[in-house]
Amino acid sequence: MSALIETKDLKKYFKVSNGYLHAVDGVNIAIDEGKTLGVVGESGCGKSTLGRAVLRLHEPTSGEIYYKGENIMAYDKAKMRELRREMQIIFQDPYSSINPRMSVQEIIAEPLIINKMFKTRAEVFDRVAELMDTVGLAERLSGAYPHELDGGRRQRIGVARALSLNPKFIVCDEPVSALDVSIQAQILNLLMDLQDELGLTYMFITHDLSVVKHISTEIAVMYLGMCIERAPSKELFKNPKHPYTRALLSAIPIPNVEMRNKKIEVIKGEVTSPVNPKPGCRFAPRCPHATEACTAETPEFREISPGHFCACPFAQ
Amino acid sequence: MSERLLEIHDLEVIYKTGLETVYAVNKINLSLDKGKTLGLVGETGAGKTTTALAILALLPERTAHVKGEIIFDGQDLLKLKEYELREIRGEKISMIFQDPMTSLNPILTVGSQISEALMLHNDQNRSKEEIEARVEEVLEMVGIPAFRKKDYPHQFSGGMKQRVVIAIALACEPELLIADEPTTALDVTIQAQVLAMMNELRERLQTSMIMITHDLGIVAQTCDDVAVMYAGEIIEYGTAIDVFTGDKHHPYTVGLFGSIPNLEVDSPRLSPIEGLMPDPTDLPQGCKFSPRCPKCMDICREVPPTDYVEGGHRICCHLFNKEGTK
Repeated sequence: MSALIETKDLKKYFKVSNGYLHAVDGVNIAIDEGKTLGVVGESGCGKSTLGRAVLRLHEPTSGEIYYKGENIMAYDKAKMRELRREMQIIFQDPYSSINPRMSVQEIIAEPLIINKMFKTRAEVFDRVAELMDTVGLAERLSGAYPHELDGGRRQRIGVARALSLNPKFIVCDEPVSALDVSIQAQILNLLMDLQDELGLTYMFITHDLSVVKHISTEIAVMYLGMCIERAPSKELFKNPKHPYTRALLSAIPIPNVEMRNKKIEVIKGEVTSPVNPKPGCRFAPRCPHATEACTAETPEFREISPGHFCACPFAQ
Repeated sequence: MSERLLEIHDLEVIYKTGLETVYAVNKINLSLDKGKTLGLVGETGAGKTTTALAILALLPERTAHVKGEIIFDGQDLLKLKEYELREIRGEKISMIFQDPMTSLNPILTVGSQISEALMLHNDQNRSKEEIEARVEEVLEMVGIPAFRKKDYPHQFSGGMKQRVVIAIALACEPELLIADEPTTALDVTIQAQVLAMMNELRERLQTSMIMITHDLGIVAQTCDDVAVMYAGEIIEYGTAIDVFTGDKHHPYTVGLFGSIPNLEVDSPRLSPIEGLMPDPTDLPQGCKFSPRCPKCMDICREVPPTDYVEGGHRICCHLFNKEGTK
């Protein structure tokens, strides 16, 4: 099976006062149709930028993006606009990503009207009602404004809006991190049900590893703009290879009292600056196993077992 | 033998505004022994932070009506005068606020913010030099090099700022530390660093702690006792072992555990709690959880449940009371 979306050496640099900020630095990912790629990493690792660069919402600095085998970096504006119907995004913060001056109905109808999906208003609003039903918003809310709704319902609007044009591929940028756990679970279930029903492909960006394990088929771990490990979800949790992934996994507090005294691999220090990074492994300054060779050259992102890629020279 | 440090009886907090009355905390009972950590768990709006602020009497006087008793070291904090409270705040009870980005003053150096607490509670008549030495000592204690005391908050990262906030809270060696979601704004690896540091300091200084969080993982790793709050009430209370491994639970606690994706078990679907937290201006009659409860009975909608007690484990639910009286 070929991938629905694939990136090759995708880079996005931002110009800042003292050089270039390497937000995404040579990332290769591929997502098969109907599957979910989870992208994890800490704040500032470039995961949101990657999500936007894939949709060309941030114009990538260099690299290639293939959608259904075609390089969309070569597309012009008009063609890109057409393609955007198939590629949508759900934003992180349901409080700031929807227009407070539009009613629920208008928010969901907007993409339909802009893309001239229907000829009459009645058809548009039929579709809106259908979408609201799909995401579990009561019909009586159609005239309500965002401030009348709680975070969970607002995020459902975000989901409905993303679904309105029958997309194939959705980038979910931390869709549940602003929500309470019980509401978070409702939205995760909704996203998974929609995937089953509509055959959607997700790129699921989050900092929460337990969420990503739950929803993803494959996981990519990012650190300072680079993808440092990529493996099928179960394999990554069972058999993490990169020291950073291992530290990240052991840092999650587990809701089980028997695990209380487990040894935590606390990594020292903090993420270094992504502005003009030095060559070599970017995790090396914090890595407990780093040698001189690690700071000398950038480690190769290699396949260590089928489907399991890791950018650490010591991983086997 | 452990000593009682804090005891809360029938604490009630009602916010009254011209338009509506919000029932934020409804008759809760809590106790905390010296050297122990109590976890206060619940979702947004459950009344966790209001409870913490009530202990420090930091609630707005005009709108918040506080009733009940908060006994700290034999004194009822609610009966104290403002100047007496000022002696206690920061010295005997101190608080770590949720958001390290906004709880520091951006125009003062971190050193001066730490020394402020020390100067206000200067019982030992420390000289200026001694205070400076103490500032350096607490900074080192939380893992920040002492020479950075002359730096301003914006020069620190989120994790470092939270360390500064913790240093301020610990500067006077309080008997009780209230930590309101101390790591929510931090990344997991930094969270692990901060939690490890707090655990170590707590053991060294024998401080009691109230840990407010919505993360059950943090509770399991740090707390001795756990109180689960829902709509201003404590619906389950017990030792961490009772709450995490016991066989009897409040249906809300069960729902809360069902909502977190488990790293150890593979489950295709989460089992969330349907519906939403009730509006605190218009709480349901009877059990507050009844509209969302999968095990709701007729009695739940009419009569507020009372505690079912089994040893130190309290569950506020009709489900068990019926069995208990049988």
